Amino acid sequence: MSERYIIEQISMFCKNEPGRLASMARVLEENGINMLALSIAEANDFGVVRALVDKSDRAKEVLTDMGFMVKVTEVIGVNMRDEPGGLTCIATTLADADINIDYAYAYSGKGAAVLILRVSDTMVAVKAILDAGHELLSRDQLG
Amino acid sequence: MPFFNHAIETLRRSEIEEMQLKLLRAQARRMYERSPFYHARMREVEVMPDDITRLDDVRRLPTTKKTDLRDNYPDKLFVPPLEKIVRYHVSSGTTGQPTVVAYTRNDIEMWSESLARAFASTGMGESDVIQVANGYGLFSGGMGMHYAGEKLGATVLPAGTGNTRRQVQFMMDLPVTCIACTPSYMLQIAEVAQSMGVSLQDDTRLERGILGAEPWSDSMKAKIEDEAGIKAYNCYGASELSGPLFTECEAQDGIHVWGDMALVEIIDPDTGEACADGEKGEMIVTMLQKEAMPLLRYRIGDMSSLSWDPCECGREHPRLMRLTGRVDDMMVIRGINVFPSQVEHLLYEVPEVGKNFQIVVDRVGNLDTMLIKVELEPEAFTDDILKLRHINRQVADGLKAVLNIKVEVQLVGPGTLPKGESEKASRVIDKRVM
Ligand SMILES: [Zn+2]
Repeated sequence: MSERYIIEQISMFCKNEPGRLASMARVLEENGINMLALSIAEANDFGVVRALVDKSDRAKEVLTDMGFMVKVTEVIGVNMRDEPGGLTCIATTLADADINIDYAYAYSGKGAAVLILRVSDTMVAVKAILDAGHELLSRDQLG
Repeated sequence: MPFFNHAIETLRRSEIEEMQLKLLRAQARRMYERSPFYHARMREVEVMPDDITRLDDVRRLPTTKKTDLRDNYPDKLFVPPLEKIVRYHVSSGTTGQPTVVAYTRNDIEMWSESLARAFASTGMGESDVIQVANGYGLFSGGMGMHYAGEKLGATVLPAGTGNTRRQVQFMMDLPVTCIACTPSYMLQIAEVAQSMGVSLQDDTRLERGILGAEPWSDSMKAKIEDEAGIKAYNCYGASELSGPLFTECEAQDGIHVWGDMALVEIIDPDTGEACADGEKGEMIVTMLQKEAMPLLRYRIGDMSSLSWDPCECGREHPRLMRLTGRVDDMMVIRGINVFPSQVEHLLYEVPEVGKNFQIVVDRVGNLDTMLIKVELEPEAFTDDILKLRHINRQVADGLKAVLNIKVEVQLVGPGTLPKGESEKASRVIDKRVM
């Protein structure tokens, strides 16, 4: 049941140079792939682009064809209610369940903000967050 | 003092060659009798010490390659017992394996004598003060210059490398007449002096520089002579041969190779045929009197030409004319020899990166920089940036340990670098203007 809360995110190795991101966005658009969220992590000369798209398999295919190194990783998305302490509560819930957050980024979804989390144990995290009364983004909400 | 060793420096060519033959025969005999390595090699090519009857017979002796040094690490090429060895120096090898060079007391004497003669031939003598700004330590440069300066009777200031402002201060405070360092460091000293408001020409007694350990061009030489107001003398040597050994004389027209120290052959690297006098080719060096680690016909990797024309200075010892490059793809970065094979070797130890790489060498200010681009293996790709950074650091640290210089590493996507096999030249991009 909780599988539907596991979301596939695509990650790309990307040289830090102007135009790379633009060409990536263009190829997704040309293939009718909708990008919902985007985050860029940088090191000295390279970066990792992480994106949430509606068709991750297709996105991986077209980006790989373009020569990008692409990987699909599982993340979860928490719908953040606009109330104080929401973020603290999620962090505490995960910490109590002994789950590490590898990275997190947020985007504004339909109506509410969504926090994307990459965690050490996705299945356990899903259960813990649902048990704590939070709402998770489900796969079908992406398309 | 025009001559340091009058008797030897003034020998005529015929006398020099006669002496070389005698020394070569003795060296070949000693190697055959006492070096297991050369004993086997000479038997392989079926030449006995007594077969050397003319100087040209040197060509019948086996050559020694850099890989022989690697394969016989650390001490299998040493000849005398340990109690006769008084010093080691260590230089970087071609594959991450360093080369240990051993010296007997006499080796140190001869090395110092060779360079002291060279110093004298530039016009230096007992009243000179030499600031040695070469590296001291495992690298043979600093100590070679130091011992030669003392042998000459000059005053030596063992400044070592670095702290350029202090180097300039020494030149102002002490009657320094000569500096020994790399050509690029000389330019840096000149620049720093200028920024300190010091004119090397007017505010110091600096007259000459003994410069070497990295390739440099005539235009760089002109620039140094102009900016520092000194005469710049090219110096040649290598740790495998002892260290810095020879320099240009006052005529500044080629580097005198003392005939009693070394026998230099120039060959066509493709055919192995001997080149004519003055013709460019690959250098092969036999040190004629070395005891601890004597290399017969060592393929040192430099391209040059040798001229027996009598020099303006009156000496007939042959001269290495312009050193014109390398047989292999060795680079000299901040005075340190770097071989692409060393990089390749290290990359084999880091499974997260591919074996394809590109080296970009540049010079920022007067300092060499080295960037190595390596391809990330697809299996190693993770969207965890910390892990990627860790891979980057692993390569950088490994290279630093092997090469002894700081290296920038850049991870790139797989298949984005030119293939190493097909275009060897594109593996190294040297943007430095020498
Ligand atoms: Zn001369």
